[in-house]
Parts: sequence; C-alpha cells; structure tokens
Amino acid sequence: MSSFSLTFTWIIRDINMAEISIREAINKTLHQEMARDQSVIVIGEDVASKHSGGVYGVTLGLSDKFGSERVIDTPITESAIIGAAGGAALTGLRPVAELMFIDFLGVCLDQLMNQIAKFRYMFGGNVITPVTIRTMIGAGAGTGPQHSQILYPLLVSIPGIKVVAPSNAYDAKGLLTQAIRDDDPVVFCEHKAIYDELAEVPDEEFVIPFGEARKVCEGNDVTIVAFSRMVLFAEQAAKKLSSEGISVEVIDPRTLSPLDDKSIIESVKKTGKLLIVDEANPYCSMASEVSSVVAEKAFYALKAPIRKITSPHTPVPASPTLEAFYVPSVSQIEDLARELSNY
Amino acid sequence: MLENSELYKAYRDMKLIREFEERIRAEYQQGKLPGFIHMYRAQEAIAVAMCMNLTDQDYIASTHRGHGHCIAKGCTVEDMLLELCCKDEGICRGKGGSMHIADMSKGMLGANAIVGAGPPIAAGAALTAKTLKNGCVSVAFIGDGASDQGTVAEALNLAVVLNLPMIFMYENNYYAEFTKNPKPDGRIAERAGAFGMPSVCIDGSDFFAVYDAAKSAVERGRNGGGPTAIEAIVPRYYGHFEGDAQHYRERDEVKSSRAMSDPIKIFLQDPRSEGLSKNEIENMDNEISELIETGLEKAYSATEPSYEQLFTDVYVDYKGH
Repeated sequence: MSSFSLTFTWIIRDINMAEISIREAINKTLHQEMARDQSVIVIGEDVASKHSGGVYGVTLGLSDKFGSERVIDTPITESAIIGAAGGAALTGLRPVAELMFIDFLGVCLDQLMNQIAKFRYMFGGNVITPVTIRTMIGAGAGTGPQHSQILYPLLVSIPGIKVVAPSNAYDAKGLLTQAIRDDDPVVFCEHKAIYDELAEVPDEEFVIPFGEARKVCEGNDVTIVAFSRMVLFAEQAAKKLSSEGISVEVIDPRTLSPLDDKSIIESVKKTGKLLIVDEANPYCSMASEVSSVVAEKAFYALKAPIRKITSPHTPVPASPTLEAFYVPSVSQIEDLARELSNY
Repeated sequence: MLENSELYKAYRDMKLIREFEERIRAEYQQGKLPGFIHMYRAQEAIAVAMCMNLTDQDYIASTHRGHGHCIAKGCTVEDMLLELCCKDEGICRGKGGSMHIADMSKGMLGANAIVGAGPPIAAGAALTAKTLKNGCVSVAFIGDGASDQGTVAEALNLAVVLNLPMIFMYENNYYAEFTKNPKPDGRIAERAGAFGMPSVCIDGSDFFAVYDAAKSAVERGRNGGGPTAIEAIVPRYYGHFEGDAQHYRERDEVKSSRAMSDPIKIFLQDPRSEGLSKNEIENMDNEISELIETGLEKAYSATEPSYEQLFTDVYVDYKGH
C-alpha cells in the first residue's frame, strides 16, 4: 500500500534547541502527552517501529519510552485501526490513531463518518469520543494519485469531526496538544512536504484553541487565506510583493472545522480583496467554503471578485513534472495577488 | 449447573425480549413508531445466555437487530421505549432511535445501522480492557450477513494479533437481508477459527448450549486467553425488517423454521430448568406485560425533543463558524 522509497531525510535535534521541525514538534508532543496522561495510546501501522518510527519518523522513540502496550503496531487494517480507536475512546482511553496517508480514508471511512463522528449525537450526548487521527496529506513528494491527496474537505463536511492542518512547528505542537486533550474526534492533517520546516517552539506544554486563525503577516491591500503548506507559499508571495509595495495580509485558519470566519471577514473588511489558496481539489473545497462565507457575510466590503487558487479537478499525477503543475505555485499566488491589488 | 435464581433471570430476560418485540411490532404495524425496526424473535437465547456471563463493566457492540441485546445487557424497557418513540427523555434523546440504542452505564456500546461496523468498535473496547488490565471482556454480536463484511475480518485479525479479550458472537439466521446465505452451518465459525482463535458452532435456540459456549469464551477472555468465536444457528422468524413481506422465502420454510425455533419453549422443556415453578413464571409474565404497558404509555405521553435539541451534542465544544 505504501511501498515507495523515502526521499526525505531528517535529523532529531538536541532537546534544548529552540528551533525544531514540524516532525520533531509532533514527536515531542506525543511524548509529552503520553507522559502526562496514561490513557493516551498510539495505534497504527509501523508506529512502534524502533528504527524508523513510521514512514516519516514522526513516532520515533515512543515505543522505547512507553512500551508496546501503549504504542501499538497493527496489521495493515485501517478499518480496524480507526474503529478500535473509536471503541477505545468510548470506553475510557484517549487514542491517537495514525491513518498513514489520508488517501486510506477510502478503506475506513465508515468508522470515521458513520461511527466516531456520530457517537455523541446519536447516543444523546451521553458519551465523549476523544480520538485523534493523525494523517499525512499533500503532494510534492512524487507519491502519486493514492498517496498525495488533501481530502480534508470530505471530512470538514461531516458534522461531529474537527479538522486541523498546521503549517508550522509551533502550531503543530499547540494544536496536537489540544487535539489529544479535546473530548471530540479530531483529524490532524500533516503535510508531508513540510515536515522539515523549522520554527521556534517552547519546550513547555501549551495548547492552541481550535477555531482561532493566525495572522501570518499584516497587510492592507489584499487578504490571502491559505491552508497547510499553502500558508508557506502565501508567505513567500507576500514577502516578494511587499518589495513591490503591495501589502498582503496572510491568514492561516489552522483549524478547518471549526473555521474562524470572524478573522477572515475582519481582514476582508480591511483589504476588500480576497485570494484563497488551497492545495485541495477545487469543488466543494475549503476555497469554495471560505469564498461562500465571505460572499455571504462581507459582500459589500469586497472591492474585487473573490479569487481562488487550488489544484485542478484531476487526481495527483506521479510525474514530478506534472505534479509541479498540479500544486499551486508561489508565482501563481504572486500574479493573482498583484492582479487583485491593481483591480 | 445454574442456580434457580439464574434460571429465572434467563427466563425473564428471554420473555421480556419476546413480549417487548411483539408489542412494539403491533404498535409499528399501526404506524405508531417511526423509522425501521428489526425483530429479534427466536434469537432471544443468544443475547440472554451471552449477557448472563457479563457484568455491567463488560462491553457489547450490537447490530441493527439490537433490541434483544439491549435488554439482555440491562437497558431498561422504559428507556428503550422512549427512544423507540424518539422522545426527548429517550436513552439517546430521540436522536438514535431503534438502530442506535446505547447505554454506557451498562457497557452497551450501541446498536448499529451499518452491517458489520460493530466488531472494530468492540475490538477497541477490548483494547481498553487489555490496556487498563481490568479483566473485562468485549462482545461483538454479528449476523451471518455481516460475517461477509471486510470490517469483521479485520476485527477478527486484530483481535488475534493483539490477543484481545473479545468474543465474536455470530447469530446465523441464514438470511443476509433478503438473500439466503449459502454457507453451510459452521462455515462462519471455521472462518473465524482460521484467523487463529478457538471457535464453535452451536444451536442458537438452545439457551444452555449458548450459555456454556459463552461461559468458556468469557473465561478465556478474562484470563488473557484472547478472542473466541461462537456461531449460533437460529432460523430467522420474521423478515429482515418489520414490514418485509418475505416473498423471497417459501411459505413452508418460514413455517418450519418458526416451529423449530422457540428458545423459550425449548428452555422450559429442558430438564435443567425443571426446578422453575409455574406460578413464579406466571407472575413474571404478568410483571413483564405490565412493565411494557407502563413503559409504552409513558413513552407515548412523553415530550418531543425541542428545536434546540437538533443542534446539541454534535460536539462537546465547537467554537467558530
């Protein structure tokens, strides 16, 4: 199912170093939460692997520290992993399940969509389902049509699930801590192409509440709302444009469900111009959702049509050449933001 | 050997399921209950004999045909009727209905409207028991139709790999909805066995046979011996759902399966239950009728959920949007 060679390398850094990667931030958070709360378990494929710690090394060291009873390797059996995480959550544990790639939702969606998402509602509010599902999303590693999708729009449309997609190591730590401590099911989407991005992250525990966007940079001319890896691209574009005298405000919603409408609307009311950048496919996506929210709630603040940059309505191609065309680019963002600014 | 008090409990629970089902069936036929209901009649011995080996701390995951499992696991008839009528005071506040009755205080992890979805959830409960080392077991009730779902195979495998304290309790009524299941008796148990767990095939109409099989499976689970599968054969008495005219079944087949599958009658004719007094049984029957009538009256007169209830309990907490 996932037999491709590793193209990423990583370094586990000195524990006191302030700058760490997203991978390390997630790894440290898992260590911290498992140490803090005995009911936290980690379950999934290859998560206990002593040498690699999963495909991208995110769970490295957990099994040494917490043992095979709490860091559980399973067969390749996504329905059973997600279903068992749901059942364990109903009965008192706080499982962190790994769905190796979000593409594998296809073989376990029932357990998430019809079971975990609905337990609390259909059982009359008598239960909590504190499951975190960590999963990898995104193109950029040449992993092809079945290992590179974004797919979170599918989940965002399902009531009962929260969906999170951090774009940096600081947020990854704060959001994952919140996800694990949250009493609702959370899908935590890790973009595989940004695992090595560095940021300063405190060693201490902290949480970032869901539903609070981050203002990546302030600006007055154009608002860019971007998700996951696209936040990094938007930031690069904003830097470039600022040298041309165009002032761009970049908003990273961080959590997709719940979505911080308020911060987006506030920003659009200031700039009057909105560009949304999302790597997901275009139809019924976060881009269309944000666009609809702004059209409904801030229509009269708009000085130009809302613009969107997404991947096209195609699968993700394996060819690195085609994949580069598929993923939104920094220059596309620059061009459209410039166009909006001049509108 | 079961004590008389246990035999009375077995009789009472089976009879309660039977009367509950017959009564709600009559109500449903008059259009008084919403949605779908799936009758458990003739399978009563399976739920009761299994659950008599469990405590409130043990878990079960049930199916769409779940009323019998709920009652056997200790859900009250009153709560269930409120839920079947989808009232605000229902056990799921009217948001679950017949196919989602759950009661965590009894270890009842929910009936389930997705065929074959229960076993992975039950495996998760078994994982909790194993992790907390609390000696509890988890039971998944599974129909013969569900036995063909991939989720069930995945749960069987995971239970073996992780050595989970779990019982796969198959109820083979020969029909996957409208389609006769071509498997010979015992094939389902064999399949489960092939994953590497002990498995047996028994007569599901025979309370004592189910009880013995369940007892040893539960003991194995509690003692760290891992999962067990039990296939109980029990012909389906009514249709897939209430209102199913069963045109796909021969009249004679329905007739003969009904004649041979009355677990309550078989139980009372068994020499092992001869210590039960007729008077006491009559008293129980009367109590059961009264319990159901009172519950039904209460359910019908209970309040409907309010508009606000549509929006509650989707999340514990949801800020934004």
